[in-house]
Order: sequence, then structure tokens, then C-alpha cells
Amino acid sequence: MKMLEVKNLNVELGGVKVLDDINFDVEKGEVLAIIGPNGAGKTILLKSLIGLIPFRGEVRWLKGVKTGYVPQRMDIETDVPLTVKEFFRLRGKLATDEKIKEALDFVQLDESILRAGLGEISIGQRQRVLVAWAVVGSPDVLLFDEPTADIDIAGQESIYKMLYHLQKNLGLTVILVSHDLNVVYRHTNTVLCLNRKNLCFGAPDKVLSTEQLLALYGGENAFFHHKHD
Amino acid sequence: MLVAVFVAAGASLLGSFAILKRMALVGDALSHVALPGMALALIFKFDPFIGAIAFLLTAVTGIWVIEYRSSLSLETIVGVFFTASLAIGALIMPEHDLIEALFGNITELTLRESLASIALSIILIVSLLSIYKKLTLNMVSEEMAQSIGIKNRRLEFIYLLSFALGVALGIRFVGALLMGSLVIIPAASAKNISRSLHSFMSGSVVFGVIAAALGIYVSKTYSFPPGPIFILISSVIFLTTLFIRQAKKGL
Repeated sequence: MKMLEVKNLNVELGGVKVLDDINFDVEKGEVLAIIGPNGAGKTILLKSLIGLIPFRGEVRWLKGVKTGYVPQRMDIETDVPLTVKEFFRLRGKLATDEKIKEALDFVQLDESILRAGLGEISIGQRQRVLVAWAVVGSPDVLLFDEPTADIDIAGQESIYKMLYHLQKNLGLTVILVSHDLNVVYRHTNTVLCLNRKNLCFGAPDKVLSTEQLLALYGGENAFFHHKHD
Repeated sequence: MLVAVFVAAGASLLGSFAILKRMALVGDALSHVALPGMALALIFKFDPFIGAIAFLLTAVTGIWVIEYRSSLSLETIVGVFFTASLAIGALIMPEHDLIEALFGNITELTLRESLASIALSIILIVSLLSIYKKLTLNMVSEEMAQSIGIKNRRLEFIYLLSFALGVALGIRFVGALLMGSLVIIPAASAKNISRSLHSFMSGSVVFGVIAAALGIYVSKTYSFPPGPIFILISSVIFLTTLFIRQAKKGL
């Protein structure tokens, strides 16, 4: 069953074309990774999928699908006067104590984190809190924008583990932006290579040839040493 | 005094969101816009509150439109146009009213005006409390707010409207120059010592109310204008909370 169909998606920001004729679709229960260099438009793509950014073309979700969105980063100060529990409560009546506890279990966080300030916890912990926050809304699809720069390798690995755990146990469809090709090979069904245009789309071991990666990242060295912002 | 307490409660609640949104200076400059409105009201002999709120509503609508249409930074636009309007207001304001308009004087309110101010403050507080969750979410992450179906633009407009109302109410109390402080200082103080949203919002209101009550009392006893006294008391509270914060960090 197709969860999402995207046809001829075009996004312009301030007169500059940032996404050019993107086409792909996502099956129910699969994990799609969006990869590409910095400035490729990965976050923009994710945002336009859920209508955060105006676009031209077609984004067709399966009827009645609920999406949960986990942003790359939050623009908050470390001393923001908001506890994790209150942050959940901002969702409204949906966020009962029970639901929150359940969601925290899924992301493998201890309940004690509820008393901490949202700005105080580590970025890895906050990422889990954000995922749990999305899970409270019982989404069918989780859109996850990976925060690479701010998180160490071990932290990333455990977040991925958690995501696949979620996908297995809740039957979630996951669309994620990833910078880590290992992750893509190991955990995803489909990959979309993006550099303003659709460069490849399909199963990772089929479409991710060396030539394809060269085209995407502009040379082997550039790929191995490219920096995240 | 009752009027001051209610107005201060409303304004400090507004302030807690202004701080969350990090638009403290925008709020300050915005309050200057009321001045030409008040001046026109005094010249053409209608209620200065009407003049102030008319100008403020125009200004917040302007801010709201510009925020989504223009690539210029909001701070720049606000900084230029709103200080200019302060200058215009100062020029056309009848001279003997100028000091009062700039620094406020709540002791001269009639009973009807007082009741109206209290009623409007209550409306302001109730409406802010009814949207505070959405508002906070909008301020920590617009994207997450939108992802659960919150209409950010509309919400921001409602907030700006409440801001205009709060400023128009407070301006009789502390005047156009000091209005920004009425909104910001209690919330900034509360932030120093709060970790939770709950204690932040209530702390802000408590500080605002204490400073207002004490300010009116002191100004009556020693016949000072209440506005500056209020600000000074709030500043003392701010410094105290800052000290507490540092002391806590040191532990």
C-alpha cells in the first residue's frame, strides 16, 4: 500500500530553485532514507512533505494518515523555563501521563527525565524526547530529520536502533534524513539521493553505486571528508 | 492600586511569552507607537486609550504582515519606524501632557476608566491563558506546532493583538517610554529562577503584581510618579533573582 506519492515536486525559496522535479513514493511500513550533501534540500523536502513549506507539484498522502515530525534542531536556550513534562503537555489533552510514559518507554528514556528542563538535557536525549513527543500523537508515519553535527557517533547509532525498534513495534513508516551511509545500507529499504534534483531512488544496494555516490557528493574525497553544518 | 495590579498581571503574562519568543526589544519599541496616537487624541480631545490602541493595532498588523512578506529583519523595521513614531509623538504632543504620556500617571484615572482597565486586563489574562500551550509550542518550535495542526500565523496575530491591548492598558500606568519594562522585567526576573513553564508564568505575574502594588504605595506615600518607581522596584527584583540564579549555579 502506498503511504505517500510525490510527483513533480518543486520548491522555490526567495526565487531560487531548491528542489527540482522530485518524484518518489513510500510504501507502508518501509524505511526511506533521504541522503545528499549539505544544501541538497533534504530538510526542505521533509518540510514540504508535511506542508511546512509551500511547493508546486503533488504530495499525496494515504487518506487519514497521521504524520509525526521530528525537527533537526530546536531553537531554544539552555535555560528555557520549560520542563520535559510540560513540553509533552503542550500537545494538549492527548498527552496523558500514561501516554507519555509509554512513549518514553519506546524511546528508552527513563521517566525521571520528565522533571528536567528541556534545554538542560543533552542533544541526544532531546532527540529522543522529540521522537517520543511525536509518538504520543500515534502517528502512522514518522519524519525524522537527523541532527548530525551535534551528536556523537554512539549517540546516533542508538537513535537509529531506537527508530527501528519503533518501526518494528509500532508498524511505523519512517522517512528520515541521514548522513550516515552505513545506516542507510543496514537499516533502510529504500534510499533517495538528493542534490536539488532526484539523483537516485530505489533499494540501497541497487542504486548506491560508486559512480552514483561520486555524482551525488562530487568526488570520493569530498564524500569521505565532507563536513556537516 | 487595584488597576495597577491587574494591568501589571496582564502585562507580565504577556512578557513571559515575549521572553520565550525572544522579542523583548520589539515589544519595547512597539510601545512607543502608542505615543502619536495619544497625542492626536489629546489634540482632538478624545480618549487617549482609543488613540493608543488604534495606533498599536495598526502597528501590530504591520509587524505581522511584514514578518511574512519582507526579507528585512523585523528588528530593523521595528527599530526604525517605531522610534520615528516616538519622535513624531513627542513633537505633536501638547507640551504639558508630554511628561505624563512618556512616564505615565495612573492616579488620575476616573472610576469608569479604572473599571474598564480592570475588565480589559481580565480579558487579556483569560485569553492568554486559553492559548498559552499553543503559544509556547509555537515559540519553542514553529514546525512542531504546525505539524500538529496549530495555525501559527493566526496564533501569532492573536498574540500581537493581545500585546497591543496590554501596552495600551499599561501606558496610563508607566507611560510610553517605560512600558516595555512593565512587560519585560517581571518575566525576565521570573526566568532567572524558574525551570518550569508553570513557575515561570506565575512568577512573572507575582513579580509584576508585587512591583505594581509596592510602586503605587511608595509613589502615593512620597508623591512620586508611579511609573518610574514601579520600574525601579522591578529592577531590584530582577537583580535579586539574578543574584539567586548565580548563587544556585555556584552550588
